[in-house]
Amino acid sequence: MTRNSPILLAVALLLSLLASPRPAAAAEPRVVEITAKRFEFSPSVITLRKGEAVTLRLHSLDVTHGFFQKALGLDLEIEAGKVTEVTLTPQEQGRYVTICDNFCGSGHGNMKMTIVVE
Amino acid sequence: MRQPDLDRRAFLRIAGLSLGAGALYRVAPAWAAEGPAADVAARQRLENGEAVTPFTFVQLSDTHVGFAGPPNPTGTAAFERAVERVNRLAARPELVLFTGDLTHESEAPGEHAARMKRFQEIASRLAAPKLHMVPGEHDAGLDGGALFRSAFGETHYSFDHRGVHFVALDNVSRSKPEVGPEQLAWLRADLARFPPTAPIVVFTHRPLFDLKPEWEWFTRDGDAVMEVLAPFENVTVLYGHIHREDLHTGPHATHYAARSLIFAFPDPAQAADKKPIPFDKDRPFRNLGLRVAEAGNPASGRTVRCEEVELSMREYSGTEGFAQLLRPSSL
Repeated sequence: MTRNSPILLAVALLLSLLASPRPAAAAEPRVVEITAKRFEFSPSVITLRKGEAVTLRLHSLDVTHGFFQKALGLDLEIEAGKVTEVTLTPQEQGRYVTICDNFCGSGHGNMKMTIVVE
Repeated sequence: MRQPDLDRRAFLRIAGLSLGAGALYRVAPAWAAEGPAADVAARQRLENGEAVTPFTFVQLSDTHVGFAGPPNPTGTAAFERAVERVNRLAARPELVLFTGDLTHESEAPGEHAARMKRFQEIASRLAAPKLHMVPGEHDAGLDGGALFRSAFGETHYSFDHRGVHFVALDNVSRSKPEVGPEQLAWLRADLARFPPTAPIVVFTHRPLFDLKPEWEWFTRDGDAVMEVLAPFENVTVLYGHIHREDLHTGPHATHYAARSLIFAFPDPAQAADKKPIPFDKDRPFRNLGLRVAEAGNPASGRTVRCEEVELSMREYSGTEGFAQLLRPSSL
């Protein structure tokens, strides 16, 4: 082995990193913003793809709301003034009705949104 | 000696009479006066310390006093008619159980308290010695049950009546639809003194099983409640919330939902959305009702037998009057 070998190896490594795709960036989940306020979620429908990791960023504009969808394993509280995040990778196609399960007033019973998994 | 062919879980059953505005129950032992089943009666008397003796009770639910809107523009009319109907029952009920949503909430200062007072005015016309209530989320969801407690007392409790142990469970006062660990511990302690044969009636607001979670027709820790009740052979659960009749036979209990006294929801197996069934001015109380139960009548063959009664009103229908339409119970 020559004295220059470590330098050559470092240069080769650098070149290989620059030439290859950046898997870390490619794996970043898509982010979907969802806003909750009495008595609705916005948007009311989001569409995800089966097997795709997605991060939901949840905000409340007024009181604490729930975010509950049993089959997708979603069971969160969305506190006003905070951002609540969850990353999920849905495995089954379907339409998943997601509800606020923190009682928030007279329209609470119909506070829901739909997560469509294609 | 116990007969092996007897269904141990048949000792406490409810058969219903829907009044179109609530539910009437008759509690009756599930044994015959003689024959092999008489041994079961003797065993229960011995083990429970008290045999079930006949009585009738009524379940009313979801009166939503203060609600005003297209699904029912008549306000408290159905509730008031149901009270009249109960007072005309041949078998005078000894108890009336209200399974939540007595009132519709209001955030206007003093208005929710006024609605609770209005509820009490109407309920006080019931010719029944005892009224028992549990809250619904519309009574207790916004303030953790504080106003309900000031008007009606504790949100969970128990009592004994003629050999039946009644348990009022609160699954609405916490922010989530749940009973919570403290109440579960209380329930465990409350039931500790009873043998497995003790007849138990649980009354609560939300279903204690996953009826339709995406319509919030469930209790998050309902399974934990049923686990506490699992050692008992004769458990009946009465609830409201879903504004329609329902019968569910679980591994540890039979669950009955009562109709509402304000508006009805559709069958979740058929309807895509949880929207009230539209008001029918020709039949304003259609799909509304009450349940009557008879306890302790040996002839009924059941410990608790329910019947359902539907109401209609002459001033609206012009034909049927305020009729009691009895139909064979399917419960």
